[in-house]
Amino acid sequence: MSKKKVQDPIDWNSALKEVLSGGATRTLLSVFLGFAVGAVFMIISNKEFLQSIGFFFSNPLATFGAAVDVVVSGYGALIKGSVFNASAASFESSIRPLTETLRLAGPLIAAGLGIGLGFRVGLFNIGGTGQMISGIIWATFVATRMELPPVIHMVVAIIAAIVGASIVGAFVGFLKAKTGANEVITTIMLNYVIVNFFSFLLLDQNLLQGEKAAGNSKADPAFETARLPLLFGESFSLHLGFVLALVAVVIYWWLMERSTIGFRLRAVGYNPSAARTAGIKVERTYILALGLSAAFVGVAGANQALSATGGVSPSSHSGIGFDAITVALLGGSSAPGVLLAGLLLGAFRAGGASIQAAGISPDVLGIVQAAIVLFIAAPPLIRAIFRLPPPQTTSALSALRDKLFSRGGK
Amino acid sequence: MKLELKGITKRFGTLVANDSIDLVVEAGQIHSLLGENGAGKSTLMNVLYGLYKADEGQILLDDKVVNFAGPGDAMAAGIGMVHQHFMLIPVFTVAENVALGHEPTKALGTLDLDAARKLVREISERFGFKVDPDALVEDLPVGVQQRVEIIKSLARDAKVLVLDEPTAVLTPQETDELMEIMRGLAKSGTSIVFITHKLREVRAVADKITVIRQGRVVGEAAPTASAAELASMMVGREVGLTVQKTVAQPGDVVLKVQDISVLDDRDQKAVDSVSFEVRAGEILAIAGVQGNGQTELAEAILGLRPLHTDKGSIEISGKSVHGKSVREVLESGVGYVPEDRKKDGLISEFTIAENLMLNGSFGKPFAKGMGIDFLNRNKIADQRIKEFDVRTPSAQTSAGKLSGGNQQKVVLARELSREVNLLVVAQPTRGVDVGSVEFIHERILEERNNGKAVVLISTELDEVLALADRIAVMYRGQIVGFVDGGADRAKLGQMMAGVAA
Repeated sequence: MSKKKVQDPIDWNSALKEVLSGGATRTLLSVFLGFAVGAVFMIISNKEFLQSIGFFFSNPLATFGAAVDVVVSGYGALIKGSVFNASAASFESSIRPLTETLRLAGPLIAAGLGIGLGFRVGLFNIGGTGQMISGIIWATFVATRMELPPVIHMVVAIIAAIVGASIVGAFVGFLKAKTGANEVITTIMLNYVIVNFFSFLLLDQNLLQGEKAAGNSKADPAFETARLPLLFGESFSLHLGFVLALVAVVIYWWLMERSTIGFRLRAVGYNPSAARTAGIKVERTYILALGLSAAFVGVAGANQALSATGGVSPSSHSGIGFDAITVALLGGSSAPGVLLAGLLLGAFRAGGASIQAAGISPDVLGIVQAAIVLFIAAPPLIRAIFRLPPPQTTSALSALRDKLFSRGGK
Repeated sequence: MKLELKGITKRFGTLVANDSIDLVVEAGQIHSLLGENGAGKSTLMNVLYGLYKADEGQILLDDKVVNFAGPGDAMAAGIGMVHQHFMLIPVFTVAENVALGHEPTKALGTLDLDAARKLVREISERFGFKVDPDALVEDLPVGVQQRVEIIKSLARDAKVLVLDEPTAVLTPQETDELMEIMRGLAKSGTSIVFITHKLREVRAVADKITVIRQGRVVGEAAPTASAAELASMMVGREVGLTVQKTVAQPGDVVLKVQDISVLDDRDQKAVDSVSFEVRAGEILAIAGVQGNGQTELAEAILGLRPLHTDKGSIEISGKSVHGKSVREVLESGVGYVPEDRKKDGLISEFTIAENLMLNGSFGKPFAKGMGIDFLNRNKIADQRIKEFDVRTPSAQTSAGKLSGGNQQKVVLARELSREVNLLVVAQPTRGVDVGSVEFIHERILEERNNGKAVVLISTELDEVLALADRIAVMYRGQIVGFVDGGADRAKLGQMMAGVAA
């Protein structure tokens, strides 16, 4: 066998075509196009540019100059606000944007993994918001109503968030398995139920409302013992939540790629009838999958509940439940993909303020984000724009991968 | 009308599906296109029908070059196609189906169904089709539905009729009737392209035979050629069409099915009070035309489909399977090769190695604790690929990229490598190349010789006769009767049409 392998020449041409036609290439190009669309919006909403159009024929350079200026200053501000601020006074404040990106990316990554897990099983979990809030409720209860020793308090609160979220997810799975109720509809409806239930809890001091809330829908801040500790001291607000997200990435990778549970989840996702024929209980797998999906979303809930210094409110979910869908789509539901996609969207959130400071509407970032997803959802469009080869049926790439990374058995 | 294809070449990426194919079909001729699955027959016909554009070559009708941008053009030029899967709307009547796409209208665009009815009646009478224009298509037997398809083409003045594997769904009697119809059409001047891989039919009806292999015309033959000659042309080497079989030595009863009824997906009774036994070391073939309850019967044995009433029972090795999950049934020693391997047997996106562990993810040898034992899995996969002669670049190739025959070998490799005492094999060679059929048949016989009980569900009489020790014929959910393995073909044909033995 091994002898034959050595003689086989590697078909570099086919392998390259497979790479070009593959999902990763397409995703990168989609991101690129997304930024291009954002640039167009920046330009056409720019005052200098619009004024210069009037003199286009007498001074076309001014028009182009204005266009280039606004794009450079816009995306420059994005980088300045999310990665590195070269003009800051000290080194600390120059790298603060990066730590902000990481802080904001943490919950997006965790929730993105959850939604991605659903995708891998063929389920569209739109209930990130509801599941996250359920996690926030449970974590807030533990963090504001129970007294436990340090560390243990935090661990219990995190677990509470995960359990709180997965109960909601598993309930959706149960409805699907027993009654065939479509998870898209049940998760959307549960979002409303839970959001309003949360508001209700925050209106009564006997429930979750804080003592100093004075009629506002707001809980007490989490006890010091339950709070996620800061990672780099007082000058940065980056906290343990990002580490939790990284741990979640590793667990997700192991679960989906290495474990037998993930194997069955993927089997059901690709082909439920073959999975059923192979003795896998498809309905039970749906319950498990939605429970696990929500568990990752719960980590994001813990992040929100245990990092806020001011106590949680009905808006504490920050739209993460929905952005997580973008993260999962962008990251192709794979562990490394979701990590990178989460960082990108985290950067968008971190950079919004400095874009605004540069005189450009931060809504442009929302457009970029949406355009990226739009391009990802339309592979033939990307292929046509960049003249990529169509999906390949060769297996040169897997042969190559086999050759480079073959593990035993050869 | 004379049809001529000149140097048709069609490439998909690096794959050459049609390699400069030449084909001439004279007016009034039945021209058989013979080849294995994946030889390029369907691609060629899709080029002719305007569904694909040829990379090179020309299509000539009556010596004039034509260009088709789509099926509409092809139809207008007089080419009709009867697909393997019918393109009919079940809840429409025959006339409505025939009218669909070019509906005759009266003033204000109201539908003129009378015109359509008249047309159906005319064509039906001319060729002896016996089709009622007002019958709902879903109520018609499959053979008649096929005639509706033919009428559809004729109603559009088809001068060249392409029949793609038309006999796959027919009883032997219906097949004979279809051949009569084909002869009648040819006599009236219609050219017919008859695509098939069944040698008997080709020899019975064709005027001329063109054999295609790996996208190329490898030869032409007269209908007088022997089956062995045609088969070796198709495969490119000598093939044994029959497997050597020893006398069965039945042992204890392994599978006992008693008076079971099963519903299909539409809640209709698909299996109706069926009882039979299968012993160790014998092959019981369940013969019958597609859709007479065989699929549902197999699924009931596996526990995939519940029994309709409480009165029936299924026992495997003396233990009732009532209330057991599919996994429990599989683990109690049942191997299952489902009829539709793409839907139920394999996950095309998964690699071969992953597919081999599909029903073995719960423990050894594939799992180690909660994790997958990748080292062991790859070792096993390489072993199985060798043992079952799966042609693939590697065990990490996804199953969807394999040919039908190799996919089936993967399923067989999975099921035969487990500790089983009952094997339920449904349509094991459907869509499988002739070269692999031999291998698969030998493996099934080997299992029987090793003392396993085998239930073979097949709609192909040849396969049933080649393998079965006993044959049960199913018709409309019931077993019409049992006959011995060496039964007469004509008698089996009658039983498949519902005539009791």
